[in-house]
Amino acid sequence: MNKPSKNVIVAGVGGQGTVLAGRLIAEAAMQEGLSVKGAETIGMAQRGGSVTSFIRFGGECATPFIKKGEADLILGFEPGECVRLLPYLGDGGAAVVLDRAVMPVSALTGASRYEPSEMISYLKNRVDRLVLIDAESAARALGTSKCLNVALLGAAARSGALGLTVERLASAVKAVIPPRLTEINLKALNTVTL
Amino acid sequence: MRREYLMGNEAMALGALAAGVGVVCGYPGTPSSEVISTVCRRAPEGVYAEWSVNEKAALETAAGAAYCGARTLVTMKQVGLNVASDPLMSLAYIGVKGAMVVLVADDPGPISSQTEQDTRTFGMYSKLPVFDPSGVAEAYEMIQDAFDLSEKYGTPVIFRPTTRIDHGYEAVTVKEPEEYKKITPAGFVRDPANLVIFPALSRRNHALIEKRNEGLKTEFSAYGKNEITEYGRGAKVGIATHGGSLGYVRENIADGDSLRLFKVATPFPFPEKLALEFLDGLDEVLCVEELDPVIERALTFTAGKYALPVKIRGKLTGDVAPSGENSPDSVAAVMDSFLKRKTTTGGRDVPAPPALPVRPPVLCAGCPHRASFYAVKLAMKGRKALFAGDIGCYTLGNAAPLDMCDTCLCMGAGLGIAQGVKRVDPDTCCFAFVGDSTFFASGISGVINAFYNQADMTLVILDNSTTAMTGHQPHPGTGVTATGQRVTPVSAEKVLKAIGLETVVTLDPLDLKTAVGEVRRVSEKPGVKAIIFKSPCVAIEKTDRRCTVDENKCVGCRKCINELGCPALGMKDGKAHIDAAQCTGCALCAKVCPVGAIGGDEDE
Repeated sequence: MNKPSKNVIVAGVGGQGTVLAGRLIAEAAMQEGLSVKGAETIGMAQRGGSVTSFIRFGGECATPFIKKGEADLILGFEPGECVRLLPYLGDGGAAVVLDRAVMPVSALTGASRYEPSEMISYLKNRVDRLVLIDAESAARALGTSKCLNVALLGAAARSGALGLTVERLASAVKAVIPPRLTEINLKALNTVTL
Repeated sequence: MRREYLMGNEAMALGALAAGVGVVCGYPGTPSSEVISTVCRRAPEGVYAEWSVNEKAALETAAGAAYCGARTLVTMKQVGLNVASDPLMSLAYIGVKGAMVVLVADDPGPISSQTEQDTRTFGMYSKLPVFDPSGVAEAYEMIQDAFDLSEKYGTPVIFRPTTRIDHGYEAVTVKEPEEYKKITPAGFVRDPANLVIFPALSRRNHALIEKRNEGLKTEFSAYGKNEITEYGRGAKVGIATHGGSLGYVRENIADGDSLRLFKVATPFPFPEKLALEFLDGLDEVLCVEELDPVIERALTFTAGKYALPVKIRGKLTGDVAPSGENSPDSVAAVMDSFLKRKTTTGGRDVPAPPALPVRPPVLCAGCPHRASFYAVKLAMKGRKALFAGDIGCYTLGNAAPLDMCDTCLCMGAGLGIAQGVKRVDPDTCCFAFVGDSTFFASGISGVINAFYNQADMTLVILDNSTTAMTGHQPHPGTGVTATGQRVTPVSAEKVLKAIGLETVVTLDPLDLKTAVGEVRRVSEKPGVKAIIFKSPCVAIEKTDRRCTVDENKCVGCRKCINELGCPALGMKDGKAHIDAAQCTGCALCAKVCPVGAIGGDEDE
């Protein structure tokens, strides 16, 4: 079967804005006149759990779900969550990752172990096209951590791995995000330069 | 017509509106909840929608509306159907005048449910036709077919998406409101001979139902969404599948594969004639299903009935996992083996990663449930106690370090369990925790049972003024309806007092000291008594309050972290640290801190 679709995975933790990021990618692809399918985990998993969105666009696909080894891009909102989804990344695939870890309660209380620096060095060794985003300086430039999801999206577009332009994403931001938040999100799209 | 990128639940809601639905009722439950919120947002004038108190009330309300000739939609998750099954089983015999589509969302995995029950099987049990959509765009069309079939045969019809359809997204071409079907209900016409269920009526109607279902087997064989597709030439093997798994199968059909694909959109009554066409000339068939082996059993039966020389494989033969959710990768493995082809899955061969973060869902930072549980935990320290939990965000109170949920069974069950434990283990101090929405949905009868039968227990209502877990729907205690109308709220306190409880205490869980003392005092009283912990859900009532750690005072003892498990609390350079982005200023940690190092719970 013919499968030329662009396969994107958004991986993060509940509350990080992964769902909106997926929605913006879909909107941008729709505006390009491309076919789009998507899927996301919501519900129980939202309460601080791992959250994954799949978006496939621009090709023929029978399901929004992506097989292992067939993702073109992982947008990692969190280093550990990016590593968790790494088996889905295909040869030559890209990962655009925020370097700031979200510590789970189990690690805070000492019931489990989580060492973010190990994740980052693992990503450096295993991902062909890795773009690591400095979350602190992006948040400082924006004056908030709340739009880091859109900043990450802008970085992914600029890296070329997303297959959508920053201009197209800006148009999606205007279509999807309420007017009072449009400006800060448009700024976020252009916060991270590569 | 216009194209919209829609979530499956949105597509089904818009499909129902296009079909002229007039009355929509349901109770929230993941993954079904967005259907009603979409109806509320998008319905043209004249469509009535409500969050019912529970699924039984929803179905009965819709039944009355359908008796009048309206097209009705009832929504719930699969375990909600257990609650609605009493009216639905009988309504299957009585039938409807307008139409009734019962949308029941199944949850293979399960991802956010208690069970992996299969509503297709419930369709067979209740003898009601079942539609099983395979994608978002198809669900939009198919739910309109379901309304037409319901009206044509005067029967409730089950529409059964699964989580991946409910929460999947596709660009869908939808109708404009002007294109929606217009239904003008005739109103209620007295007809007790057909609307009052007596054994004589049931005898007569049962025979008619069986006859109708025989006819539906043929009708469904001609239904366009039940499909046979040939891949390659001269196929000797076939794959039968349904729902979300159809996409996984199609995704895994490789160039050069020779097979026949059977997509079953109406698992009951089973399209037998079409199944015979599918089986004709095949040696082997693989059934790729989630939940019960419904298609596999039907095909095995068909092959036996017509003495066909074909082997049917699937869950019953051990070829497909008997439980759990399918994925493109799991289906690839099953198909590789069935088609005897080289492996097409597995991804890249990469070395094992370092230990991944463990992230079970947790109570949010500042969640008032944390404070409520902690107060009861402190009050019962050293006592033998039972903490019966229930269904909602507060089930997450089971996680360490709170560890305050000993049992959880189904909506409202904690009340009964607390009573039963006390009967057999009388020296245990028994608590039942129930959320406000769950209390109204199915807790009240448990309280009456306890009071009438002289039980000894403490009911704790965790009142955060919303149905939080499923996405913050209103309920009878909130004084707001599904469509935003302001109404008189039902008071849990007054309900409890009307039942006869003498001790009903309302507390602020964030006032820890008072809460602990009151829990101790109330729990020592005989009989049935209640505590209502009232504090709004932090996801709705946003605050500007934040707590901060005075690094000069903090001794790094980690008590705040280890006692509360709040996601905003961590350590930085040997001192406690509060993540300002998550903190809501609930200040529970400030009350736990032994050296008074945490403060700043004032508005900034």
